[in-house]
Amino acid sequence: MALTDAIAAHFNYWIVIILMMTGFYLVIAHPNKINKLIGLTIFQTSVFILYISFAYVRGATAPIIVEGWDDYVNPLPHVLILTAIVVGIATTAVGLALVVRIHRAFGTIDEDEIQPLLTDP
Amino acid sequence: MRDNIVLSVVARLLMPFILLFALYVQFHGEVSPGGGFQAGVIFASAFVLFVLVYGIDAAEGIIPDGFLRGGIAGGVLLYAGIGVLGLLLGSNFLDYNVLAADPKNGQHLGIVLIELGVGTTVASVVTAVFYAFVRSKR
Amino acid sequence: MLFFLAGTAIGIVWLKSLIAVVMLSSIYSLISAGLFIAMNAPDVALTEAAVGAGASTVLLLAAVSLTRGRRRVEQRRTPVRPAAIFIVLVTGAALIYGTLSLPPFGAPDTPGQLHVAPRYLAEAPAATASPNVVTAVLASYRGFDTLGEVVVIFSAGIGVLFLLGSWRRRLREEGE
Repeated sequence: MALTDAIAAHFNYWIVIILMMTGFYLVIAHPNKINKLIGLTIFQTSVFILYISFAYVRGATAPIIVEGWDDYVNPLPHVLILTAIVVGIATTAVGLALVVRIHRAFGTIDEDEIQPLLTDP
Repeated sequence: MRDNIVLSVVARLLMPFILLFALYVQFHGEVSPGGGFQAGVIFASAFVLFVLVYGIDAAEGIIPDGFLRGGIAGGVLLYAGIGVLGLLLGSNFLDYNVLAADPKNGQHLGIVLIELGVGTTVASVVTAVFYAFVRSKR
Repeated sequence: MLFFLAGTAIGIVWLKSLIAVVMLSSIYSLISAGLFIAMNAPDVALTEAAVGAGASTVLLLAAVSLTRGRRRVEQRRTPVRPAAIFIVLVTGAALIYGTLSLPPFGAPDTPGQLHVAPRYLAEAPAATASPNVVTAVLASYRGFDTLGEVVVIFSAGIGVLFLLGSWRRRLREEGE
């Protein structure tokens, strides 16, 4: 019983870490730059889920005040993540613009093909 | 894709509802879920739909480039301007209490105006970025 | 729902076609938006659905179609790189070890829940006349923070416009 409780208490965090590591692996191992950026967004979203998990309170409701209800989840992580999501797409857009420029310069977005072009021009 | 009648009719039907929903999310944000960030993206997505169906040239006829650039800068200026207005009225930067006679109304006014600034910038940036991607295809 | 998310992420690593990967990442965003609803965060869910599933998918698709030009880029399955797998496993193990000292999920008496949140919840509706505390905190209590975020988006937009060169091309045409 104690074991299942311990698993249930941290299950969210573990899935978040698995997602985070999946994104991390894509970023460091995949040669295609667009796949790298997708890995980065997976990583970002896992962090968002982590924050919203911190905000969650069992038996509480969304932080919109109504009469006759006292338990609300923590609004502060929601605020932070709300802005982080929009900033996330802004960084993704800049990254994609860089990828398009790299493609214009080298004709490819595959890292393994760009590397030899850089060493012997 | 303009030739596909289903697409163009559905897009034309959906556009006003998407824009209306964006405005609802924008101005009802203090009561229900929503606010400037979400409204901006929804507003921009209406124009993304328009560009996808009718092409970039038709979209430029409706929202020209200069307007978007004005929106990008104008939203930030509106936000910072509200902050400076608080300074001029004798309080701290971004303190909305002095914007109206009653501090509560001042806060309300401040939040609505700031969310408007956020929404303008986000909508213009997302639309302008999409225009830029589409245009560099040519 | 968490299992769906993990399955989608593994699909993203596994699949070869770039278009399919982009679609899966859109689905991934939509599932996480559902998860945010389940965890009582409607504001965040609305943002994630609009941004992650909508706008970023469109931008990714645009980039995929732009980078497929003269020489067709060969789409590749994620390669197996032992060194990278080792780094990822070690980091993941360290993080999971770290979670063991975190408070249990959903507990109401953790330090994070007791610090400033009760004050926001108690004062915000009366002080700002807005029952949605998330909006009140975003625009009023943390107004400086949000101003910074808007400036970040502003500069990102300007950056993309410069990178994709519609201004520079026009300047060059005018110069000639």
